Amino acid sequence: MKIAIASGKGGTGKTTLATNLASYLSEEKQIILADLDVEEPNSGLFIRAEKIFQEDRYKMIPGWVENDCTYCGICQEVCNFNAIINLGTHILVYPELCHSCYACSELCPTAALPMQKQKMGVLKHYKKGNIDFVESRLDIGQEQAVPRIAQTLDYINSISDNKEIILLDSPPGTSCPVIEATKDADKVILVTEPTPFGLHDLGLAVETMQKMNKDFTVVLNRFGVGNADVEDYCKKNNIRIIAMIPDSRQVAELYSRGELVYDKVDSFKQSLDSIKHYILGK
Amino acid sequence: MKIAFTAKGSKWNSKIDPRFGRTEYLLVYDTESEEFKSYNNSDIENETHGAGPKTAKLIFDIGADVLITGNGPGENAAIALEKAGVEIFTGAENMKIKEALEAFDNKQLKIFKR
Repeated sequence: MKIAIASGKGGTGKTTLATNLASYLSEEKQIILADLDVEEPNSGLFIRAEKIFQEDRYKMIPGWVENDCTYCGICQEVCNFNAIINLGTHILVYPELCHSCYACSELCPTAALPMQKQKMGVLKHYKKGNIDFVESRLDIGQEQAVPRIAQTLDYINSISDNKEIILLDSPPGTSCPVIEATKDADKVILVTEPTPFGLHDLGLAVETMQKMNKDFTVVLNRFGVGNADVEDYCKKNNIRIIAMIPDSRQVAELYSRGELVYDKVDSFKQSLDSIKHYILGK
Repeated sequence: MKIAFTAKGSKWNSKIDPRFGRTEYLLVYDTESEEFKSYNNSDIENETHGAGPKTAKLIFDIGADVLITGNGPGENAAIALEKAGVEIFTGAENMKIKEALEAFDNKQLKIFKR
């Protein structure tokens, strides 16, 4: 079963929830935890485990072979991303705009645009008890998170025997990386906070999940700050809040030291228990 | 010589659009024929990525020798414009097209280098 932990607003507690939940559930179950926030993965700060595998990851981009080119311009016409332009005596390829769709390469009549590997990041696989932790990181200067997320999900499928609980720590927002990170999830947990920003971005995330026909619920973190607008919104729209994690200075202090929280803060553990029941369908 | 301006409208007294890639119009003045043409570039707002290279390609297709603009092109567009041999002048962001042309003639604009 795949559970994506997403948000809308950043900094609402996705990673705190994902890492603590992974650790808590691993007391009984096999867990795969994946950090899909490839632009700044940080689950690894909390899951300190032994690295068992590491591999550079690549994307494919067209490389121009000047001698074979007839400057027909088909490459430029078929590119939806303006990643390749024909200047009559020169073909310019913009690797950071390229989405690796192969159209220019496949449709080039003289095969002057063979696809080539370009490194875009690193995948690391760690193990600790019942947790397999997979971290996916995009290199500095690389702009596209989606292919890295897709590759990481492929890797997870390759190591999974479909019996584990797979937790996907997703990027914030509602754009392509979030769609990629949540599209294969059986359930999506949206973490938010009871503030105007939390409510606003939760609304965007809810709309996104509804468009994707996802089974989603809400976890209200830092309960006690702000106001009741998020609860009212969820009630009005029939959205289930599966846990309300009380705001706590102790949680913030533990988090800031890179420590897990649930084994030290009882109210946090109780919230995790509610989430566990939701995940296991009890 | 063809001089291209990034512009917010299609007229001589339109203002310079300070943006390059997402400029609303390109106005082109041909110093030999003294012809003045405008190209509507507003479809560029539908491009989520690569507006710079796309507008640079339009400049190349128009055959402009000189580009006069406001802030200057971004890195992607600048690479294409350099390859196309277009000379770029910036700093015209608060001018009308005709004022920008005067400023160019009087060498008051900044030469843009990548």
